[in-house]
This record gives sequence, structure tokens and C-alpha cells, in this order.
Amino acid sequence: MTPLDYEYLRKFLKERSGLLLSNDKQYLIESRLLPVARKAGLAAISDLVAKLKAPGAERLAVEVTEAMTTNESFFFRDKVPFDHFRDTMLPKAMALRAKERRLRIWCAAASTGQEPYSLAILLKEAADKLVGWRVEIIGTDLSNEVLEKARAGVYSQFEVQRGLPIQMLVKYFDQSGDIWQIKPEIRAMVQYRPLNLLTDFSSLGTFDIVFCRNVLIYFDQDTKIDVLKRIAKLTVPEGFLVLGAAETVVGLTDAFVPVPDKRGLYQPNTSGKPGLGSIGMPRLAAAAGARA
Amino acid sequence: MKTCLVVDDSSVIRKVARRIIEGFKFAVNEAEDGEKALDACRRQMPDAVLLDWNMPVMDGYEFLKHLRAMPGGASPKVVFCTTENDVAHIARALHAGANEYIMKPFDKEIVEAKFQEVGLI
Ligand SMILES: C[S@@+](CC[C@H](N)C(=O)[O-])C[C@H]1O[C@@H](n2cnc3c(N)ncnc32)[C@H](O)[C@@H]1O
Repeated sequence: MTPLDYEYLRKFLKERSGLLLSNDKQYLIESRLLPVARKAGLAAISDLVAKLKAPGAERLAVEVTEAMTTNESFFFRDKVPFDHFRDTMLPKAMALRAKERRLRIWCAAASTGQEPYSLAILLKEAADKLVGWRVEIIGTDLSNEVLEKARAGVYSQFEVQRGLPIQMLVKYFDQSGDIWQIKPEIRAMVQYRPLNLLTDFSSLGTFDIVFCRNVLIYFDQDTKIDVLKRIAKLTVPEGFLVLGAAETVVGLTDAFVPVPDKRGLYQPNTSGKPGLGSIGMPRLAAAAGARA
Repeated sequence: MKTCLVVDDSSVIRKVARRIIEGFKFAVNEAEDGEKALDACRRQMPDAVLLDWNMPVMDGYEFLKHLRAMPGGASPKVVFCTTENDVAHIARALHAGANEYIMKPFDKEIVEAKFQEVGLI
């Protein structure tokens, strides 16, 4: 791969998926894209680049973009956000929607489904409180390949061992040998749709709770800000946004403010005052207090 | 320091498990079958037991039932770690009082996740 090939792919991926690659990630490109090249009957990355530049390469372009995504996920990842979901977000959202009895939840980078299914399991565990409610979980992702796996709900023994309490495995999965499939009634609680966060997603409607975890980390600053602002527009005023352990809105945008004492949890900034985004740390206490 | 009893008839597995669990700052004891494990529990009740199923003399399932009936035997967190990877075995183990279940093969991440799950670390 020539330096020019690398530059081309960097720009290509940034435009396609927002993926930000520093100038030393050649090995990552090689390891992810050589299999794609070989599958297309091409010997080297340079051939792949040439093909991408030629007209009519859309299918290859999609494959390249998907191959460069990192899809790692596991059930109840980081645990705490799911405790917050059960103990804080769900009760508050239910109080707010007591009249309509309707909740909408969005997993904006659903990957292979572990995150939306973890939420579905928690909802199932709270089923007695949700009688007569309509709860929608929408899982979206850029990659069609991961969505296919998510829809099937089929996981290896290794995948179900990480993060999933054994009682829940026994209760909510069907086993066939080394393969575990999430039960149809849980699968039916989640709808999957392909969606690139770089594109307009306003047609999804509004949400009470948005999980957008471990995807903003791949984007540059401006893309993060843009996506967060557009998510804020779809989040109801008293709704919640959950980010990944290495992500924050602080220093990026005023659209959300952190929920005090709940790490990783944010709410739309309805105070009319500037939040932390544009200013930074010193105003943290004041802005957080305003939302409490 | 918390204590963990590793019960497995394979010395290799015991060694691997010991290394992992010592990494979580536990003092680790070993036993090679259920009966020796019960003796160890009578001497000192551990905080955690990592338990194989198939062993000579007394298997893990029998051990667990005896343990839970012993004075003080309700307190240890028992995590099965076995190649018996089917739902029927898992359900039996839970019914007998197991707290968690690891399906072999296992690695450090899985043991860590399960120990966290039951509040040991
Ligand atoms: C590491 S996974 C996160 C999965 C899950 N949210 C979690 O935290 O475990 C990141 C996912 O983001 C998806 N992704 C990357 N860029 C995207 C984009 N521009 N639009 C939508 N999804 C994207 C990838 O396909 C991948 O499945």
C-alpha cells in the first residue's frame, strides 16, 4: 500500500462512516481489508483502492466500510448503565409517560444486538409493571452484517459468558450445542434497521432513552458534535442519553448535560443556559445542578 | 484477604485457575475432589469456591449439596467451572445453590466477570 493509497482510504472512510484513522494505522487497514480484497479477486490493497476509484464500485465500497468497523459488544457491557436503566431511567420515563403508556428506546450503534437485547431482558424482568405498555426498542447500525447477526440472535458460548448472569442465560436463551439463541419473545422486542449516523435520522421519531455507546470514539470532534446535536433533537426533554465509558458531551456541546452522580448518563439541556459543552469543566457543578 | 478454594481433579486446571484468582488478590487453596474439598471447608470456610463437576470420589454437584447443608456452608460464593455445558446441568447446579457457572474453556476475563457478578470483586 502506497502512502497515497493510505491517504485515499483514510479520506474515504472518514466520509463514509466517520472513522478517524491516525496516520499510523496501515496495519489495521491491511488486516481488515486484505480479506475483502481477496474476496473480490484482488491481490493487494492498491488494487482495492484502484477498484474503489473506478465507477460502479458501490458494493465494494460498502464492504470496505463495514469491514473497517469495530463491532465488539457484550451483554450488560459495563453493567452500571444497565443498573441506571433499570433503577433510574425506566422509572422516570414511565412516570413521564404514564398517560400514553408508550416508551421508545434507541440503540444507535446496536452492533450484534447484545445491547438492545440486554435492555429487552431488563424490560421483560419488569414486565409486571409494564402491563398494557407499548415499548419499542429500535437498534440501528451502519453495518448490515452485524444487523443480520443481531436479528438472528445467535451467540457463541464465549459471547454469552461475558456479562450475562447465568440465571438470565438459562431463562432467556435456547441452547443447541455450543450455540445459544435468544428466545423469540425477546427477539421480537427489538426492531433492527440499517442507519449511518452521519446521515439524517430525524425520521426515526423521538425517543425517551437513547443508548449511543462506543461509536462516537471513532469520530472526530466535529462529527461527534454534529451527531450529539442531532440526537438531542430526537430526545424528549426529560429523556436520557447514555454514552460509553470513554465518551462524554463535556467540552463538545451544550445540547446535553451530565446527570449528577450517574456516570455516562446525560439529559437534554432545557435550561436555556449554556451547558458545559462550550465552556468546559469549571461550570460542571452549576450546570449539573440546574438539571437536578 | 479473601480466600478461594479451587476444586478440580486436573492439576493443570488448578494451576491455571490459581494464577488467575491470585491475580484478584485472593489466597487460593486447592482440592482434587469433592471429599477433600469438604475437608478443606471444615477447616476453613472459603469466601469463594471454583468448582469442577466431574471428579473421582465425590463430584462437584454432591460436594455443593453437602457444602450448603454444612454450618456456615451457605456463605461461600460457588462458581461452577466445567465442561458440562448444557442447560440441564446448569439448571441442576443453580437449584443446588450454585451462584454462577462457567462453561469451559475459560479465561481470565470470564472468571473476572463471574466473580464480579457475584460480588466477590
Ligand atoms: C464497538 S460497537 C458498539 C456496540 C454497542 N453499542 C456496545 O457499546 O457494546 C460500534 C458499532 O458502531 C457502528 N458504527 C460505526 N460507525 C457508524 C456510523 N457512522 N453509523 C452507525 N453505526 C456506526 C459499527 O458498525 C459497530 O457495530
